[in-house]
Amino acid sequence: MAAHLKKRVYEEFTKVVQQQHEDLSTKKLRLTKPSKSAALHVDLCKATSPADALQYLLQFARKPVEVESVEGVVRILLEHYYKENDASVRLKIASLLGLLSKTAGFSPDCIMDDAINTLQNEKSHQVLAQLLDTLLVIGTKLPENPSVRMRLVEVACKHLTDSSHGVRNKCLQLIGCLGPVEKGVAKEAESQAAKDVQKIIGDHFNDQDPRVRTAAIKAMLQLHERGLKLQQAIYSQACKLLADDYEQVRSAAVQLIWVLSQLYPESIVPIPSSNEEIRLVDDAFGKICHMVSDGSWVVRVQAAKLLGSMQQVSSHFLEQTLDKKLMSDLRRKRTAHERAKELYSSGEFSSGRKWGDDAPKEEIDTGAVNLIESGACGAFVHGLEDEMYEVRIAAVEALCMLAQSSPSFAEKCLDFLVDMFNDEIEEVRLQSIHTMRKISNNITLREDQLDTVLAVLEDSSRDIREALHELLCCTNVSTKEGIHLALVELLKNLTKYPTDRESIWKCLKFLGSRHPTLVLPLVPELLSTHPFFDTPEPDMDDPAYIAVLVLIFNAAKSCPTMPALFSDHTFRHYAYLRDSLSHLVPPLRLPGRKLVSSPVSPNITSHEDPSQQFLHQSLERVYNLQHLDPQGIQELLEFTIRDLQRLGELQSELAGMADFTATYLQCQLLLIKALQEKLWNVAAPLYLKQNALASAAAKQILEETYKMEFMYSGVESRQVVIIHHMRLQAKALQLIVTARTTRGVEPLFGMCEKFLQEVDSFQRCFISELPHMQGSFVDKLLDLMPRLVTSKPSEVVKILQTTLRQSTFLHLPLPEQLHRATANIIEPTGESDNPLRFTSGLVVALDVDATLEHVQDPQGTVKVQVLYPDGQAQLIHPKPADFRNPGPGRHRLITQVYLSHTAWTEPCQIEVRLLLAYNSNRSKASTRIPKPTWSESLEALPPSENGIEGTIPFSKPVKVYIMPKPARR
Amino acid sequence: VFCCCAGAGQDVGRSCILVSIAGKNVMLDCGMHMGYNDDRRFPDFSYITQNGRLTDFLDCVIISHFHLDHCGALPYFSEMVGYDGPIYMTHPTKAICPILLEDYRKITVDKKGETNFFTSQMIKDCMKKVVAVHLHQTVQVDEELEIKAYYAGHVLGAAMFQIKVGCESVVYTGDYNMTPDRHLGAAWIDKCRPDLLISESTYATTIRDSKRCRERDFLKKVHETVERGGKVLIPVFALGRAQELCILLETFWERMNLKAPIYFSTGLTEKANHYYKLFITWTNQKIRKTFVQRNMFEFKHIKAFDRAFADNPGPMVVFATPGMLHAGQSLQIFRKWAGNEKNMVIMPGYCVQGTVGHKILSGQRKLEMEGRQILEVKMQVEYMSFSAHADAKGIMQLIRQAEPRNVLLVHGEAKKMEFLKQKIEQEFHVSCYMPANGETTTILTNPCIPVDISLGLLKRETAIGPLPDAKKPKLMHGTLLMKDNSFRLVSPEQALKELGLAEHQLRFTCRVHIQEPRKEHEAVLRVYNHLKGVLKDYSVQHLPDGSITVESILIQVTAHSEDQGTKVLLVSWTYQDEELGSYLTSLLKKGLPQSTP
Repeated sequence: MAAHLKKRVYEEFTKVVQQQHEDLSTKKLRLTKPSKSAALHVDLCKATSPADALQYLLQFARKPVEVESVEGVVRILLEHYYKENDASVRLKIASLLGLLSKTAGFSPDCIMDDAINTLQNEKSHQVLAQLLDTLLVIGTKLPENPSVRMRLVEVACKHLTDSSHGVRNKCLQLIGCLGPVEKGVAKEAESQAAKDVQKIIGDHFNDQDPRVRTAAIKAMLQLHERGLKLQQAIYSQACKLLADDYEQVRSAAVQLIWVLSQLYPESIVPIPSSNEEIRLVDDAFGKICHMVSDGSWVVRVQAAKLLGSMQQVSSHFLEQTLDKKLMSDLRRKRTAHERAKELYSSGEFSSGRKWGDDAPKEEIDTGAVNLIESGACGAFVHGLEDEMYEVRIAAVEALCMLAQSSPSFAEKCLDFLVDMFNDEIEEVRLQSIHTMRKISNNITLREDQLDTVLAVLEDSSRDIREALHELLCCTNVSTKEGIHLALVELLKNLTKYPTDRESIWKCLKFLGSRHPTLVLPLVPELLSTHPFFDTPEPDMDDPAYIAVLVLIFNAAKSCPTMPALFSDHTFRHYAYLRDSLSHLVPPLRLPGRKLVSSPVSPNITSHEDPSQQFLHQSLERVYNLQHLDPQGIQELLEFTIRDLQRLGELQSELAGMADFTATYLQCQLLLIKALQEKLWNVAAPLYLKQNALASAAAKQILEETYKMEFMYSGVESRQVVIIHHMRLQAKALQLIVTARTTRGVEPLFGMCEKFLQEVDSFQRCFISELPHMQGSFVDKLLDLMPRLVTSKPSEVVKILQTTLRQSTFLHLPLPEQLHRATANIIEPTGESDNPLRFTSGLVVALDVDATLEHVQDPQGTVKVQVLYPDGQAQLIHPKPADFRNPGPGRHRLITQVYLSHTAWTEPCQIEVRLLLAYNSNRSKASTRIPKPTWSESLEALPPSENGIEGTIPFSKPVKVYIMPKPARR
Repeated sequence: VFCCCAGAGQDVGRSCILVSIAGKNVMLDCGMHMGYNDDRRFPDFSYITQNGRLTDFLDCVIISHFHLDHCGALPYFSEMVGYDGPIYMTHPTKAICPILLEDYRKITVDKKGETNFFTSQMIKDCMKKVVAVHLHQTVQVDEELEIKAYYAGHVLGAAMFQIKVGCESVVYTGDYNMTPDRHLGAAWIDKCRPDLLISESTYATTIRDSKRCRERDFLKKVHETVERGGKVLIPVFALGRAQELCILLETFWERMNLKAPIYFSTGLTEKANHYYKLFITWTNQKIRKTFVQRNMFEFKHIKAFDRAFADNPGPMVVFATPGMLHAGQSLQIFRKWAGNEKNMVIMPGYCVQGTVGHKILSGQRKLEMEGRQILEVKMQVEYMSFSAHADAKGIMQLIRQAEPRNVLLVHGEAKKMEFLKQKIEQEFHVSCYMPANGETTTILTNPCIPVDISLGLLKRETAIGPLPDAKKPKLMHGTLLMKDNSFRLVSPEQALKELGLAEHQLRFTCRVHIQEPRKEHEAVLRVYNHLKGVLKDYSVQHLPDGSITVESILIQVTAHSEDQGTKVLLVSWTYQDEELGSYLTSLLKKGLPQSTP
């Protein structure tokens, strides 16, 4: 092979291609690189046997082909194709043709005729199918060419009568993807040929091969996706296909029926074997419900999923899905749900059930019982009881969607959802809890249901418990007993799993503020106050007591009579909690007490404006007063930065904005300081300190700019320009400092060139933004660019220095929303005094639990860093599955970090922190040229590894006490 | 297909069904009746052959699952009556069945002191005759008879069997369950379209509530009692439901982080649990998916019970045998705990009249024990029904899946079957039978007869007309040769050659009179135009000699010898073109259209 390669290198490969342009006036001469086509040709000619040729083709396929040489390669392949007798080689060539026509930038219309020609003489069915596939690729590459499409569709129609299923399959696929969609196009242009595509495809619904039937339905769906309105006549055909023997046909048919039901929901279809007629969407709903008890689980999942999106169905049908008439020995029996409801409404509390409690009551008329109804009866009952959890999850999702659109259905499905809380698979449980949360606006929980819901609080899975807390935050409870029950269970949960503290408090906060009137009668009991006796003051640090107080205070917010029931210490505790847990305890208007926060509460909305105004005013001030003396500017900047930082602390909504601008101003301040004239007037070697200051400033500015770019969500391109501009300035500063400190000119050449390149790339990336940057550093620099390129490094530095000093500083426009990414490590807490002991050389797993806010794409960017006392640092990439997404903008990282070290003599602390990895290329990723599409994936490196350019710490480090013991021998 | 119930006809227990399909005799299940202790407990095997050897008569025996009412009479049948042919069952059934048989033998022989009963050795010998099958494995019993097992839920290793001879087939369901439970999946069968489906119908008239409510209730009760510090007694039978409840409690304990101990009475169960551990593939999705991390049957919280534990203080849950509280360990524990109202007993299944279980379920609070003791029951008594039979909806669902041509109901009560039978006939429009014991049902099938066809003929015939459609019959022309017990379809020419016969041409001619005043050749032209207009798809030609051909049919027009206004059309066609020929004549008889040429 090596010799072969060598030979290829020596051969003359350059060739001249004359390209004719549209206008023909300009002819361009272009030299192509050594093309692959020639090499391929040589290879193929050398091949002695089909196996050989196949090998060459396979090798050839591994490397990408340049756009220019595609056509040449195709010609060679086709030439070889006609000569080849072996079907497998022809097959490979056909597939290569398809791959080649996918090459970006290549317009395959020139090879279409050839491809169609090859079809005519082909005998092998497999090759035929492959060729059709190639045609499909060609057709999809040429979307704006109706005549080509027409031709291809015609070709496909011709081959529809082929005896091989593969060929028919491909034909249908082709028709589905390329068939004319608008009637207008097909109207007159060769209208004979443009037969009704739907009819052609519809004819193949009854094909003898199930694969072809599936392909036909899929083609129909494809047509629908491309915007063709399917005819209603297909509906009856599709219904017949529901009883097909093959699951893939049934699965596709279910989809088709769904599509039709969405297209013609209101049209009327007759019920067979009776004179009645119903709406099509109802009929389709019934049919799909029927498929929920299909023999194949794939179909069942499909059906259950689609049910959720059929919202136009009438409520009568909808409610049937939850209905399953029970009977025992031909007598009607009530379901457990009905019994529970009855018990509840009769006021009797559920006592131990006796045997025969569920004894059947009335006799059933045998004729009236329909064991398998064609209607929607009990579809969800079956779906939720299915063997496969995939079906169950799909059913829960469907329930959720339907319940969201119909409150009465939501009420009805509640019992079933509550039942799902006890499913054996955690995912299903979690899904049903989430579902319940989503529909909680429409429902009120009965006491017995609440009981079941609350029982799940003891679940050992944290996710389940937290989901349940979220659910309780937004449920409506009907009675005060319900509230009490919930509180009791939550407190039980608290004692069992103390780590749930925060989440439980939050849950009680909402529970209290939603049900003030229900909490009111409970207050004396909860605070254990007594009308006559003083009760001992509870322990203020008890989480359970805090939980109760959170509930009461939040209820008291909208219930002014409540504070009257408080005892003295409650008021004291209120003051304490209001300060320490201000996010959980609302401001209250308490009688006889002067409250600092009371004026705040009534006009919160109007208060926001001043702070925003203040932010803008202070910024205005900075931007306007540019021509102050340097000293004045510095002071003003310092003040403003201080103001902004304080503002960020006070107003959490504006924190991101304030921090962002403060950072920017900080950068500016540093730059101004570093550029102070007096520093630079002295010869460099004498003022080492100043140089150090300047280079430190440059470094810090660089860091800050990275933070600004990557740590804030909501940064728009306008800001990115400014940030990059600042970075450019920092780099210029760096260059100047280096120029002054280093001796000799050689190293500077490289640096200058690099800098100029950066300026160039800046110009390219942000060309559209340049007009906004009048008078800025870069603006001036670009003016001087021709001079810079030619001048010596020392001169360049001089120019840079003056421009830097003269340039005005840019106004930073603020985006609508700006949030700073933050992370908070919940676990490890860093409080433990007991070292984590493990044998040195072995590994110990440290559980890390952290909440992340406003992090985009945490899976790719968030890393865990472990710093050992010896300075050794370890970077850990958490698995994508370790991130959960509990709400918009929030993420939660629950992962394990593996630690290991050689033996220590005594325990010591390590630091764990979270880092945000960034890659400045990422912002331009969209403009990057996509890789050749058909190169084998083996060659591509995993993107995450090489994508990291640097990291920003964004959480407080947590110290963990560890002790690697020497191994015992 | 003949089908005869030796047991389980309109009855529960003693399942034993004989099926004769295309000359092959198969016995389905060989069970005993729990209710009897005399000869009636086993099926009447003498009925099968009158007097002859069973081995000669039966081609194979199939056992659906290990419950004694489906396999209890097997050693008696094979060893004492004498049968040496193959017995088929699934692997778990083969493993667990002898344990149960041995237990059954011990109770009858050792406890009740019966003689003339099968011995342990007989059980062993009998098991040697068993051939184990896998799910969906097609086993060729002999050249024509093949069987195939499908998953049936119900208990570990329960299977439905498809028996097939040629193109006739029967599906026997045994007991099955269409709703999955905590340890087993749901029964499943493909669209095999058997001629006959023999289905159990225990719950023919019941539609059950969702199992989730039952489970939730059960767990809640146990949980509450344990939290109160009470003890829970769950009397169970060793196999089946016991494992389901174990899994249920085990996962609940795991989920809720509970600490109270759960005990399981030893003996039979341990062995059985061992098999449950082994046959993971027969369990439900959850267990199958998680067994790599941990086998669900390796219970973490459930420990073996010791007699002394019953007096331990604090909460606990105990599974004890037997299930009806009539004897043994469960009764002992019950007596110890009955006096405390904190405790609870949960009856997970049906109790026969006369047992302690039945008494307490029907509300009796004072029980008279042996020795005239009076036991006051203060503990709570709960009833939870966990049953693993398909309900009416489930049965219908299975029928829908399998699409049989006939249904036969067994293993249920006559009155209930009647209802289901009516429903099946009404919904699916298939005939449904419910024979009593000893009654024979004959089902007529439409057996298809395979015929060899020469490839040349096949290709030639399929080339004519539209594409072949697998779902529609296609008409073919050929000669059927029946020679030496084989059928062949050959082309007529070849048939003639083989039989040494000369070919005769059969030709029909017909004269049609039409009123046509014009001259002959004009008439010919008119006829020609007319035909050409009507028969667009055929080649109509006007020959120079004045005749017209439509495909191979010849039409000649001559003037009537007497009446010049009448033309005689002579239509002549060969036998092969009969269809077109007769169509043409009828067309011509209607006359030509009255249009000007």
